[in-house]
Amino acid sequence: MLRNLLLATLLIPPLAYADGGKPILNVSYDVTREFFKEYNPKFVNYWQQKSGQTITINQSHGGSSKQARAVADGLEADVITMNQPGDIDILYQRGKLLPKDWQKRLPHASSPFTSTTVFLVRKGNPKKIKDWDDLAKPGVSVVIPNPKTSGNGKYSYLAAWGYAEKKYGGGDKARDFVTKLFRNVPVLDTGGRGATTTFVQRGIGDALLTFENEVQLIKNELGGSDFEVVYPSVSVLVEAPVAVVDKYADKHGTRATAQAYLEYLYSDEGQELAAKHYYRPRNEKVFAKYAAERFPDIALFSVDEVFGGWDKAQKIHFDNGGTFDQIYTK
Amino acid sequence: MAIARTWKSHSVLPGFGLALGFTILYLSLIVLIPLSATFIKSAELSLGEFWAVVTAPRALASYRLSFGAAAIGALLNAGFGLLTAWILVRYTFPGKRLVDAFVDLPFALPTAVAGIALTAVYAPNGWLGQWLEPLGIKVAFTPLGVVVALTFIGLPFVVRTVQPVLEDLEAEIEEAAACLGANRWQTFARVLLPALWPALITGFALAFARAVGEYGSVVFIAGNMPMISEISPLLIITKLEQHEYAGATAIAVVMLVASFALLLVINSLQWWVSHRHGRKQ
Repeated sequence: MLRNLLLATLLIPPLAYADGGKPILNVSYDVTREFFKEYNPKFVNYWQQKSGQTITINQSHGGSSKQARAVADGLEADVITMNQPGDIDILYQRGKLLPKDWQKRLPHASSPFTSTTVFLVRKGNPKKIKDWDDLAKPGVSVVIPNPKTSGNGKYSYLAAWGYAEKKYGGGDKARDFVTKLFRNVPVLDTGGRGATTTFVQRGIGDALLTFENEVQLIKNELGGSDFEVVYPSVSVLVEAPVAVVDKYADKHGTRATAQAYLEYLYSDEGQELAAKHYYRPRNEKVFAKYAAERFPDIALFSVDEVFGGWDKAQKIHFDNGGTFDQIYTK
Repeated sequence: MAIARTWKSHSVLPGFGLALGFTILYLSLIVLIPLSATFIKSAELSLGEFWAVVTAPRALASYRLSFGAAAIGALLNAGFGLLTAWILVRYTFPGKRLVDAFVDLPFALPTAVAGIALTAVYAPNGWLGQWLEPLGIKVAFTPLGVVVALTFIGLPFVVRTVQPVLEDLEAEIEEAAACLGANRWQTFARVLLPALWPALITGFALAFARAVGEYGSVVFIAGNMPMISEISPLLIITKLEQHEYAGATAIAVVMLVASFALLLVINSLQWWVSHRHGRKQ
């Protein structure tokens, strides 16, 4: 048995090359580790049956903006899977690694599943955190990753802003609310996973703001009974876009594989797996199947609706001197 | 010509020209070219833009923290490093070699590991943090945490620069001082310390320089709040991640120039001290 295994490991690489199955690199954001760990073997199987090629898929994870910058600076990713389109637009703006209209190449603006920002609180919810207002109260401590470096943090920021705009009106009122909320943030980690560690392992904060899938992962895998999930009255629709990085995929001769890798995310298997990891699937049948058990009803607004798109949101809120910087300099 | 001869006449071995040429080439490739790239990139900004970036309140706060915490860490290390070196040179005790080896650990440990370990220990629910918290002392996620991390990574520098000098100072010198009527404090302050000053200052400068540029271990323990616990290297990384390369290098240039100026001051101090000491002898 052991000998066979050894033989197999010796044989696989040359065979793979003989079949033209080149490895592909998926550069992704911080909290998709568990999903792709399960998705990749499924796709490898599927692709083997379909094309006869045995491929390997390499993964890279980190704060989304950092990951996007790495690719823009020359990390030769075949596919990129981010949590906001801005981080893929960068690849067009710097170096034309893919076409400008990349979002039109796959259904649902190239985002095969969605998520939203929700709260995780400690057992029994001692600070009675029910909605966004409770996070901005004095004496409450909230852990959010840094919006400057993480898409996860950007969504939390925009979700709070969107809530305030709906409830109190726009402009200064929304800014005051978000300022109060961020004054309650004791640690700004650079990525979503770092924020999870701070909240769960270090015991900092009364609430953690992060993606629904991350919250459920913590609840189910990291000492679930110590935490409770809180769904606010309204939150932001997180659209996680994916794209083939044309320049590198062509250079590596992996375009067909890379394309299939992303399309498979939209298949029933891919969507089921997404639902299993608490990403909200786009496929309505699959969504309906899991909705009652996994995806509580929550009013969601998109970044396009409230902020007029990511470009605008980035300029007003996150660029130098934007509303986020003003929280700390005023 | 005459000058060239005096340069060469110091050495018995030939090859001065070749060796100097190689040194300059080596330094250029490893140090000068990357550093000049920093300056060139920052030159993409106009003078006004450059000034606005490097004097933004957040940037100023980060310099204060980076240089301040590095100085405090290096000072702590100068004191306790001297003590450690003293113990290691002057006394024998069981496990001495082990302690000696421990000193180098901060060199070898990946800084991220050090940062995570320190955070785990000093977090409010950590081994030390849970005892400090009731006393109102918060270490992790505050500027104090930055000092702790920078002290940790700077420890070996002072010990390793002072140790050999101390080894060369024979215990007989102390005995002679005692015979000549010096009390213990006088022996330490008048006999030992003057000989140790140059090494101590070098160790301080190395620890300080290392701490100013430290990133890996600090980001875990600092909390990274703008204006409070955000170090300059993190500000540089943040700017890079916003794709503001010129802004990032502008901050880098400020750190570079400030570090260079400070090291220059420290080195001249060291030269002055050793010179003065040398003349006295």
